[in-house]
Amino acid sequence: MTTMPVQGQNGPPTVVRVERLRKVFPGVVAVDDVDLDIREGEFFALLGPSGCGKTTLLRMIAGLEIPDGGRILIDGADMTFVPPNRRPVNMVFQSYALFPHMTVAENVAYGLKVEGLPREEIARRVDEVLRLVRLEGLAARRPEALSGGQRQRVALARALVKRPRVLLLDEPLSALDAKLREEMQLELSALQARLKITFVIVTHDQDEALSMADRIAVMRAGCIEQVDEPEGLYERPVNRFVASFIGRINMLEGAVRDTTGDRIVVDVAGMGRLPLAADMPLTRGQAVTLAIRPEKIAMRRLADLGAPAANGLRQRAQVDADRVVVAARVSEWAYYGDISYMVTHTLAAGLRLAVVFANATRETVEAFDIGDEVVLSWRLADMLLLTS
Amino acid sequence: MGMTGGMTKDMAGAKRTGGGRLRFRRWRWRRPVAPLDYGRRLWLRLWVGTVLVVLHAPIVVLMVFSFNNSKRNVVWRGFTTKYYVKAWHNESLFEAFTNSLVIAAVSTVLSVIIGALVAIALWRFRFPGKAALDGAMALPLVIPEICMGVAMMVFFARIGWPVGLPWPLSLGSIIIAHVAFSFPFVAVVVRGRLAGFHREMEEAARDLGASEWRILVDILLPWLRPALVAGALLAFTLSLDDFVVTFFTAGPETVTLPVKIYSMVRFSVTPEVNAASTVLVLITVLVTALALWMQRPERLAGKAAGTVADEGGRA
Repeated sequence: MTTMPVQGQNGPPTVVRVERLRKVFPGVVAVDDVDLDIREGEFFALLGPSGCGKTTLLRMIAGLEIPDGGRILIDGADMTFVPPNRRPVNMVFQSYALFPHMTVAENVAYGLKVEGLPREEIARRVDEVLRLVRLEGLAARRPEALSGGQRQRVALARALVKRPRVLLLDEPLSALDAKLREEMQLELSALQARLKITFVIVTHDQDEALSMADRIAVMRAGCIEQVDEPEGLYERPVNRFVASFIGRINMLEGAVRDTTGDRIVVDVAGMGRLPLAADMPLTRGQAVTLAIRPEKIAMRRLADLGAPAANGLRQRAQVDADRVVVAARVSEWAYYGDISYMVTHTLAAGLRLAVVFANATRETVEAFDIGDEVVLSWRLADMLLLTS
Repeated sequence: MGMTGGMTKDMAGAKRTGGGRLRFRRWRWRRPVAPLDYGRRLWLRLWVGTVLVVLHAPIVVLMVFSFNNSKRNVVWRGFTTKYYVKAWHNESLFEAFTNSLVIAAVSTVLSVIIGALVAIALWRFRFPGKAALDGAMALPLVIPEICMGVAMMVFFARIGWPVGLPWPLSLGSIIIAHVAFSFPFVAVVVRGRLAGFHREMEEAARDLGASEWRILVDILLPWLRPALVAGALLAFTLSLDDFVVTFFTAGPETVTLPVKIYSMVRFSVTPEVNAASTVLVLITVLVTALALWMQRPERLAGKAAGTVADEGGRA
């Protein structure tokens, strides 16, 4: 497990601190004793499959759900049972929840109006925030006369105009089509960088989390599995769930053969003994998973290798000090334009290995076909050793 | 499509099926009837026409004969408006008419308030006895009106409701009886509208700092507006034309228009009765038209914008 950031320790201070937070719905523990620190000015993502409790956690921070245990601190003040209208946080709802009987400007002004601010200040701040989300021209429109992307901006403006300490976003982009979603991802990131407000976003879309967030918490069944930066999550996942939830990954089942100093030798059926540089308290014979990302596997045609070498590889994989080389046959092929995704099965043992490569030249696409024999190779240093 | 092309085909059709189908076939040839094009099916048109005639012919006859220049009002004897003048100068009829309007107006306001509150309570909260209240609220919708009338009469007699109060207060018992049977109608309409209310809107308002009261006034009531108008319309027309319940709760001093018309009919059906009934019909139609006009989408839009701007001004 990654270490939890501690308040005051190198870097910005904590804005939201969640301590042993718990929420039980009839028949299911939605949030199970979760601890979490969200730092000042960061773009934080709660990522997980549907039903993992990420939205419940967000709603508890907003005050829309009352926890069954634990505490929520915002800027050090206990907010666990403070009603949502008296918390310094605002939320962008998944459905946007715009008020249909109000215009865009009235929707945005509503939060300031209930605060009882003077009329001139409301008008000024509404103008300012509408310019920020590029909706100046649509102030007099009604929500039903807006596109999905525009509605999303209104919901964003309505929350931002309150100048919250933390902006909570519940699956804000899930209702948009792919192209618009990509645009809004960039825009949200830019907005957050400019305003320096802490954003907490809930999403089930890993691309969204990876591309926007400074740090991500991966959740499963009410628990946080790992909190890390996007790169850390992708390159150093702590368990099988995180490894397979973020991106694509090949997993090979094996057993520990030897643990000598900083080296662990793992026996993988049909591939041989793989020596990995790792320092983990493992016992001989313990079942482990070795994982390798598809884009970290290089692929060549087996025919280019020459007959003797090719024949040798057909029989068994070749493991050097720092590389694994295996022969395989292409069984599936998906073309995505920019990349190709291929599923292969090793010739010797029939292990399934997926490979992703960039279609860097037009010829790359034509080099391989289904049924072709290929050589796959990857660095041992790129492999992950997972025990849980 | 060109007429000539249609004609030649019609000739062929006419030869086969006979002259009677000629017109119909030509009409069909212009454009084929689409599967959901029910408005263009002859049998459906005939059926709808028959229904409309059966429903509305009596009312049309009633209205036409209110202009009949005949005391017995059986055969048409020429046009006159004198029975309207007569009805207008018939003091007891006029009084009954005023009573009806006052009762309808007051019971509508009360029904809308009570009905909306009941609907919101049943939708918003969980409390012991909720199911019982839900069922009890629906009872006046299904209880036979005659039973309701008798019950009301016995009830007011039992509790010793004062008789002989000065005028508007003397209508109290009728108003109470009318509210009792019309507020469930309002509640039903309002609940239907509430079912479509997105709870996230309420949460969003709360998140933006609104108290429960502000949510009710700023978010929920504007959403309920169409249902409140529809419910008010229902309550008003139910009250205005109620005979049975009113008959049992009205005293000699508090006669309403339907009760008065009934007593007039018992003597003889003069065009005066027709005239009074026509006025009742027209009021109902006018109120309905007004309510529909008030519910026009573009007017709703303008109205809501105005309200918010006003509140902004006050803030």
